Amino acid sequence: MSTVKLTDIEKRFGDYVAVHRMSLEMPEGGFVTLLGPSGCGKTTTLRMIAGLLDPSAGEIEIGGKRVNDVPIHKRNLGLVFQNYALFPHKTVADNIAFGLKYRGVGKSDIDRKVKDALDLVQLPHVAGRYPRELSGGQQQRIALARAIVIEPDVLLLDEPLSALDANLREDMRVELKRIQERIGVTTVFVTHDQSEALAMSDQIVVMSAGRVEQMGAPEEVYNTPASEFVARFLGASNIVDARCTQRDATSMVLETPDLGRIVIPSDRGPKVSATGPVKLVLRAEKIALSASQPVHGEVAHSATVDTVDYQGQAARYFIRLGGLQLQAINMIDTHPHAAGREVTASFRPADCTVLPA
Amino acid sequence: MGVEAREARQPWILLSPALVAITFLLFVPLAFIVVYSFWLRTATGADVAGFHLDNWTEALTDRFYRDILLYTLKIAAITTVVCAVAGYPAAYFIARSNRNKGFLLLLLMLPFWVSYIIRTMSWINILGVSGAVNSFLIWAGIINEPLQMLYNEATVILGLVHFLMPFMILNVFVSVDGIDQNLESAANSLGATKLQTFFSVTLPLSLPGLAAGGLLCFVLAAGTYITPLVLGGPRDAMFANLVFEAIITQLNWPLGSALSLMLLAVLGALVLVYNHFLGMAQLMKGMG
Repeated sequence: MSTVKLTDIEKRFGDYVAVHRMSLEMPEGGFVTLLGPSGCGKTTTLRMIAGLLDPSAGEIEIGGKRVNDVPIHKRNLGLVFQNYALFPHKTVADNIAFGLKYRGVGKSDIDRKVKDALDLVQLPHVAGRYPRELSGGQQQRIALARAIVIEPDVLLLDEPLSALDANLREDMRVELKRIQERIGVTTVFVTHDQSEALAMSDQIVVMSAGRVEQMGAPEEVYNTPASEFVARFLGASNIVDARCTQRDATSMVLETPDLGRIVIPSDRGPKVSATGPVKLVLRAEKIALSASQPVHGEVAHSATVDTVDYQGQAARYFIRLGGLQLQAINMIDTHPHAAGREVTASFRPADCTVLPA
Repeated sequence: MGVEAREARQPWILLSPALVAITFLLFVPLAFIVVYSFWLRTATGADVAGFHLDNWTEALTDRFYRDILLYTLKIAAITTVVCAVAGYPAAYFIARSNRNKGFLLLLLMLPFWVSYIIRTMSWINILGVSGAVNSFLIWAGIINEPLQMLYNEATVILGLVHFLMPFMILNVFVSVDGIDQNLESAANSLGATKLQTFFSVTLPLSLPGLAAGGLLCFVLAAGTYITPLVLGGPRDAMFANLVFEAIITQLNWPLGSALSLMLLAVLGALVLVYNHFLGMAQLMKGMG
């Protein structure tokens, strides 16, 4: 187990900059997720930590030691790929034993460790099988077993769940987190799936176009997006142009043509330093639609339901509020609000986030 | 007609042009050769139809034919090994060069634009008495008399390697190209050096391609007659040269037929062994 520290690392491919001067510190035993759309540099960053790519600039430290010049086979890392990358010509047991053989572990120890690893991933009976005889989920468990059996300093997971079916993915997510917590290994997880990131991480690093957009605990990143990109990428957000007309230490006043005047606590807009145009971020699930009158203290306006996207336990509504098109996600009791219906749309000012325009 | 019957007929309709071609251009002539091999050639030069085992007795018992068959297999084996050892790194390099893959494959195909005979004869201009190498060595004052480099076993092998290397490279390329590079990355991350990774992951996974390339090289080398004819000496005749000699020079079609069927049987057996262990699908991949 070790900390991972990146200092101003950068990766250029010709003129293309895949990762811009990125600095990051991952605590020992932590689960850090690099989250972003494809091409955001998350996998490139992971491959630099792994030693599969050399950074164009900057320092990579693992366990306090600079590893820029340490070749991959000496970094002692566990690597898990989206496509499992199990050796097709080796049995499950030989796959798991692969790393141990290069560490000079004795035969009896190898057998014991392989057995323990298989127990850990709950597949004790597949040792003699070949990867092609296993399901995708089983293969990914074996890939995980192979990576952790060498007791790596850092576990690097490159979209390990993306190739699995939706249901299996959620099970594996819980399973993966359970195993990671049990062995306590520092883990870097790369994904484009926000729900995986939110469910599993101690810390999320949201990346876009080779830059870090925001770093923080899942709730922090989700509830207080630091940029419009983060607001749009995580969850469903409404972003409304507004004008900050007044701001002091405790609150700020926003004016919008459709939502009127809203008073928002200042800590909901830490980046807004002056009055002027701003962006108001409204999470879709924070807008409550109701047929009755709103609770006191909430901003409430009447709106019309345009479209209903019924999802069983919840529904996503597309509503018209004055000149605004907004999304609202609400739990459903029995029936969703019908399309065309007039409803009261309300939200609490403290649930909003304000970003500089 | 029912849908099922129509669907069952469709593959045969699509295959029919190829089947007709193969039947009339391969199986029918082959049948003629089988029939010919049992005919008899008389001293007057006329062929006598019938069922005579004389040609087969001669072909199978005469040590001369056996020795040349073994020599042919030896030359084919050496050629195959040289192609494998020299071709593998090239194939690996092409498969792993992400940018120039298409261009490098084009370069690999380039020799096929020139006739195989021309390519074989080009060695005379390089290694011959007044060829490029000798001219240079004499000009440089290293030797006074031209070296005799042509018309021996080594130049036959050289010519065959020159001819067959692309087949080996293509087959190995297809195999290596199909290996997920993450497998190599995974092996590296688990502590294997690049070399260890090659021998424990890459090479075993590319063996089917190596075997397919090897089979092609061996069969084509064992069946060649142009290369020994152009680049070999009098004692470097290979089995196909005997067939050529019997049929074209001596006009002894019955004996030539028996000899060619003998070579076909030996190489066919080899293909069957290959097919048993690896299957034909791999061979098709490399040729496609």
